[in-house]
Amino acid sequence: MSAPTAPLATTEAGQLTKETYRGRIHPDWCPGCGDFSVLAALQTALFELELQPHQACVISGIGCSSNLPGYINTYGMHTLHGRALAVATGVRLGNHELKVICTGGDGDGFGIGGNHFVHTMRRNVDLTYIVMDNQIYGLTTGQCSPTSVKGMKTKSTPYGSVENPINPIPMAIVGGATYVARAFSGKQKHMVEMFKGAIQHKGFALVDVFSPCVTYNKDNTYQWFNPRVKILEEQGHDPTDLHKAIDRGYQWGEEIPIGLFWRRTDLESLEALEPVLHTGEGPLAFRNLGVSAEQAKSLIQELL
Amino acid sequence: MNKIDFAVGIGGENGQGIASTGNILALIFARRGLHLNAYNAYQSIIRGGHTFLTIRAGDGPVLNMGDKIDVFIPLNQDTMDRHLHLLKSGACAVYDKENVTPGKAADGVQLCAMPMKELTKGNKLAVNTAALGATLQLLGIEPEPLETVITRQFKKKGDAVVTQNVAIARAGYDYAAQNFSAFSWKASKGAKPLGVITGNQATAMGGAAAGVKFYAAYPMSPSTGVLMWMATHARDLGIMVRQVEDEIGVMNMVIGAAHTGCRAMCATSGGGFALMSEAIGMAGMIETPIVCIDVQRAGPATGVPTKTEQGDLWQVLGAGQGDYPRIVVAPTNQLDLFQTIPELFNLCDKYQCPGLVLSDLLISEGTTSIDPDDLDFKVKIDRGELILSNGNGNGANPASGYNDKAYLRYKNTESGISPRAVPGVPGYIFTAATDEHDEDGTLISDEFTNPQKRRMMVEKRARKMQGVIKDIAPPKLVGPEKADVTLVGWGSTEGVIREAVEKLAGEEGVVANQLAIKWIVPLHAAEISAILGRSKNVILIENNQSGQFARYLRSETGFDAHGHIRKYDGEPFMPHHIVEAVKAQLAGKTKLSVPVHEVLA
Repeated sequence: MSAPTAPLATTEAGQLTKETYRGRIHPDWCPGCGDFSVLAALQTALFELELQPHQACVISGIGCSSNLPGYINTYGMHTLHGRALAVATGVRLGNHELKVICTGGDGDGFGIGGNHFVHTMRRNVDLTYIVMDNQIYGLTTGQCSPTSVKGMKTKSTPYGSVENPINPIPMAIVGGATYVARAFSGKQKHMVEMFKGAIQHKGFALVDVFSPCVTYNKDNTYQWFNPRVKILEEQGHDPTDLHKAIDRGYQWGEEIPIGLFWRRTDLESLEALEPVLHTGEGPLAFRNLGVSAEQAKSLIQELL
Repeated sequence: MNKIDFAVGIGGENGQGIASTGNILALIFARRGLHLNAYNAYQSIIRGGHTFLTIRAGDGPVLNMGDKIDVFIPLNQDTMDRHLHLLKSGACAVYDKENVTPGKAADGVQLCAMPMKELTKGNKLAVNTAALGATLQLLGIEPEPLETVITRQFKKKGDAVVTQNVAIARAGYDYAAQNFSAFSWKASKGAKPLGVITGNQATAMGGAAAGVKFYAAYPMSPSTGVLMWMATHARDLGIMVRQVEDEIGVMNMVIGAAHTGCRAMCATSGGGFALMSEAIGMAGMIETPIVCIDVQRAGPATGVPTKTEQGDLWQVLGAGQGDYPRIVVAPTNQLDLFQTIPELFNLCDKYQCPGLVLSDLLISEGTTSIDPDDLDFKVKIDRGELILSNGNGNGANPASGYNDKAYLRYKNTESGISPRAVPGVPGYIFTAATDEHDEDGTLISDEFTNPQKRRMMVEKRARKMQGVIKDIAPPKLVGPEKADVTLVGWGSTEGVIREAVEKLAGEEGVVANQLAIKWIVPLHAAEISAILGRSKNVILIENNQSGQFARYLRSETGFDAHGHIRKYDGEPFMPHHIVEAVKAQLAGKTKLSVPVHEVLA
């Protein structure tokens, strides 16, 4: 079996700049949408980590925020509603040398994609999951989402939602995610740090971002979040303290924490635990196909 | 027709060792060069219930379980009561005389009552082993293979279990020699030793030969055997095997792995396939080659999980919303499954589309003998216009810069095939989108809705099917050109229909020929129309109630079959079901025959 050739060096296309990560088209989000800030923060994080565009794959589901892969210059997949994490797991296992970043919304990830969210976390797949959480369904013009606050009036809950919302932070902590953070579109510099930490983390990293929908969510706006969000890193929070991480994750109201709630480095990722990936032949995608004559003989022998 | 042709039927509760007895018998027959076909009628229950395994063997190819039982081993009273009446003169029933009482048997049936308590020294779990010994004696097989095959079967349980079982089998053998009369014929040795394989093993091995690097599944009967083979061999063969939370996740994960350049595969049954449908449409839209096997079982919904049916044709034809190219193939037997999987991977890689296999419980869980020389793992591998970072694949790899806007992942070509780069390769950056997209992958809806572009992309994808039809073999009429009747089937019924054609000619004086259809989409409509247009009488045979293939054939060709034989009681066709129905139809008695299994309710 021939070894795959190493990826080409950065020099052949000149120096990396922030512009390098600009996609083929301009985002069509509403003016003022929190997702612009997420896109910019992600591009900055990739640039600062000196990740070459062909070494990354940004994978989304469906929704306003899931249009992001088209706006960033890396390999991208814009998959089905709710399925980004399942596709991304396949991509990571097919080519474990790629940096895989999933992007999507709260409905995509915690609603229709809830099952994959839970299982991708428990597997500790080495990928970064950025959720642009606006607590509303935007692309379908303003219905209740799994993170909509109880009592919130939307087009599908005109009398106010009577359901309890999902809180992704404690859910991710107990679900097995090994890096759990929250960011806010109004604090882009802080968000870049959360993203860089997530991308460098070896395991499943969630960054839930308050990314206000300026069109359909009139409750959870920039103005509402701005005075409330408090940065954990400025408060001396210890992200290795499980119980404090859960307590801070549940905090809501006058003070809402953002930052890194929880990180553990003692659990190996799925990829690290799969011997098939560590044969020295590189990513599965680039290996030679077929079965050797010796292997074939042994497989047939089992039938005799 | 075979000179040696006999069947052993073993029945009892799940947990009485029916499967292991069947495995031992199958190996003994195959090792002496006898061909065989085994079918296990079982229940979705781990202990209890009623299971009946039929192993039919012969000196030439054995295409199905046949019509008769020669050695009947009822391990409990229930089995004796349900099946004894089916035995014909000359057959033997081998049973425990202390625990099972025969009812009324046909004249000439030999009732072989055995003192099992004495022969097994009180080991109730070894009654099957003693019966096995007696069976070999009745069949005229020397006792030596008992020791080697029992050792192979039980070696994991330790030497004591092996020694005990060999002794019990030998005791059963000797008891039969002294007390029963063996058959007048002997199950003599064949030309060369054969192996034993199930369709699920053949499917998995076909995947390995094709170079599958990623296999994912959610356990679902009757497809789980593929997952088990893959999981067992994953580390030796360098295959990533994953058990996923649901079939939605399975198909999406398979597509993710395939998108990076791996050959990726999954198998499921109808219910799991239903969950995969939307994602299969994604494979069509982003033009990612994947292979998915639907091992059909009787539906709808949970249906009859351990019973066979050909009821998913329209589900597979219509999987996912919208129009997109897909290849659908229905292999005809276990060896065909092994050989079809690599061929389908080549087609899917070349045409960058999903490939869907319609198998069923009958051939996927069914066991057959196999000539080891037929399992050729050195298959042709054609990855089509694939661009990989190591230079493998057929596409060129002129690496260029970060922003190579010149690369059109979905380039509108005459063949509809666009050179396909995978993530990780410098110079070909693109986004694969399930929204309609332009040649460069950008969403059409993100610029403005463009009817011309939408039409161009739909037609580009659709054009690929014009190439596929040229790459697959059209069905051939088998048998005399001039016949009283043409029997048409699809997929797994090929073997039983072939035998019915032989029986019609040999025993009934009816000249029949056969058209077995394997490639479903695209369908060779012109060739099929020409063949069937020359037939006097066409009878379509399928394992479902509504005539799914009959309706599909009519939709693609305008041809309406003259008669239909449909079976949907959960059990497969036996040759006599077809023979009797054809005779009734030729006599003008009916145009729709619905044979039913003769086991007592």
